[in-house]
Amino acid sequence: MINLKAFSGRIWAVWVKEFIQMRRDRLTFGMMFGIPIMQLILFGYAINTDPKHLPTAVHVEEQTHIVRSILQALETSGYYDIISQTSDPSESQRMMASGEVAFVVTIPAGFTEQLVRGEVPQILIEADASDPSASSNAIARAGAIIRSALRNEFNGSLSYLKPKPDPYQVVVHALYNPEGITSYNIVPGLLGVILTLTLVMITSIAMTREAERGTIENLLAMPAQPLEVMIGKITPYVMVGIIQTGVILLASRVLFGVPFVGQRWVLLFGVAVFVVANLAIGFTFSTIAKTQMQAMQLTFFFFLPSMLLSGFMFPFRGMPSWAQHIGEALPLTHFLRLVRGVMLKGATLPEVQTPIFAMGTIAIVVSIVAMLRYRKTLD
Amino acid sequence: MKEGLAIDVRNLVKKFGPKVAVNGVDIQMPYGQVWGFLGPNGSGKTTTIRMICGLLKTTSGEGTCLGYDIEKESRHIKIRTGYMTQKFSFWGDLTIRENLEFVARLYQIPSMKQKVDETLENLGLEHRQHQVADALSGGWKQRLALAAVTMHGPELLLLDEPTAGVDPQARRDFWNEIHRLSTNGMTVLVSTHYMDEAERCDKIAYLANGKMITKGTVSDIIDRSGLITYTAKGEFVRKMASAVEGKPGVEHVAYFGSALHVSGMNRELLEGTLKKATMDGMEWTEVRPSLEDSFIALMKSSGEDTRRHHD
Repeated sequence: MINLKAFSGRIWAVWVKEFIQMRRDRLTFGMMFGIPIMQLILFGYAINTDPKHLPTAVHVEEQTHIVRSILQALETSGYYDIISQTSDPSESQRMMASGEVAFVVTIPAGFTEQLVRGEVPQILIEADASDPSASSNAIARAGAIIRSALRNEFNGSLSYLKPKPDPYQVVVHALYNPEGITSYNIVPGLLGVILTLTLVMITSIAMTREAERGTIENLLAMPAQPLEVMIGKITPYVMVGIIQTGVILLASRVLFGVPFVGQRWVLLFGVAVFVVANLAIGFTFSTIAKTQMQAMQLTFFFFLPSMLLSGFMFPFRGMPSWAQHIGEALPLTHFLRLVRGVMLKGATLPEVQTPIFAMGTIAIVVSIVAMLRYRKTLD
Repeated sequence: MKEGLAIDVRNLVKKFGPKVAVNGVDIQMPYGQVWGFLGPNGSGKTTTIRMICGLLKTTSGEGTCLGYDIEKESRHIKIRTGYMTQKFSFWGDLTIRENLEFVARLYQIPSMKQKVDETLENLGLEHRQHQVADALSGGWKQRLALAAVTMHGPELLLLDEPTAGVDPQARRDFWNEIHRLSTNGMTVLVSTHYMDEAERCDKIAYLANGKMITKGTVSDIIDRSGLITYTAKGEFVRKMASAVEGKPGVEHVAYFGSALHVSGMNRELLEGTLKKATMDGMEWTEVRPSLEDSFIALMKSSGEDTRRHHD
């Protein structure tokens, strides 16, 4: 029979002890609040999936009004910064190979004349596609930029060159983030990344620290049960996670102007489930690792796939199905769906019940593993 | 006082991989006594104590502690036992008071604050209660640990070398406390390296290489050793020591201040050797062997060499 009063009393004992130790350990304390703010500022300001002002070399063999207006349109689009004009093709190739420029635009001699005669001349845009995501947006926009630049030129005597409009219209609404602002996607995701890193790391040393300091012997000699120790040790950090969430949400509002469309309590509930899942994972690591060093290694072993396969760094749907399956086992994957859903799309509880349920399942399964792994003796 | 046995374990064996740490130990210890657990480092004292209080699983063997099965009911044993580890294992980054409060909460001690205040007062640590435990000296740490493991009023106290590295005054205080607790009905099993501490115990159990070599009262063990000890005093004893060492009948030579103890198992041979090794102005007189003499004799007769390096 479980004596509920004794059960909660012992949890409270461990809780108070852990809370005092947490408060007193300046390094941990700094990590809990320093890492989130640092990461938020670094990632939030640094990551941009729509890079602009890419250095461009232009290799033109004639100077006409039309050529100038094409080059000007490329520059005003914001994607291309023309840093070099050359008439020597080997020079532009050298600049591309050395990485000085990301694009080389070549307009051959006689372009304007052929254009006027309706001979469909070519403009060559060579892109450094060694980093596809760096160049893809600029490449995709190139055709449209030039098309609209020339449309303005095809007036009067050149109006016969004006293309016929399509007999239909495609209407695209970019919902939730119409301007495609990267930080709207990154910052809510960072909330999950930061919570994962700090909370797993902190709890992964929960038991190994006791073992390394020798206090485990005392703890095991006392009548505290595994579940009591686990709950007592992780719940102080639920608070930490909630506080971190508050700090990050505030910063996302103030520094990045990320909108918050949904209901706060839905997000808070999701955060709580996510935090518990991460803490349970960290605690499980601490029952596996023998030293704090091993605990750190396990944390990073877990953190890397969380970053890469959750859909934080790269689009989840772009991954092969095996990678998606791994991703589904990570709490961060589900959290990203939840946080983006609530913050950007205004999703309500029924609409995010699947990720919440998934994170809750992970928390329970991992806790069971932790209980099975918990050593009740010094063996 | 409760009737029966506080500790009743039979044939305890503990192996760590190929290494046999405890090799068939029996302990039948009645309630209310103070037992000394002696033996060199690595003899299995700590491992035995840990098996009794449920900190280690036994490889084989069985038994009860306070009437509970040591394998299956260790939880009940933990509630009723106070175990003081060899190395200070309370939380150095918590204050003295916080450590006591943690223990009090974990054992669900009613009116916790009052109990902690009382304990601090008994310890004489009220004025230092807000210092972290790491700031305490070795002797104080031991006293804090003893206070912490007895706060919940355990029936049985297991102390693993509680006075190692503690100065004589602190050791004396510590033992006065143990006897006070014992008078109040607590059963105490204490492991030690000190002979004078062993002599304060009701009974002694001597372990070497994972086996119980002997157990009994101090005089039982001295009698049972069958040792004959002679002593001489004087300025020539140092010379005399090298003269008799290794001679027929002499098994053990030891200094006690300016006196020399020469011990052996065979009276005839020993007395023969000593008769030859006499100088003017000195005289050999027979004395009762000390506990230390007896242990060394016991170890030799059981074929165990336990003179190892202490770690």
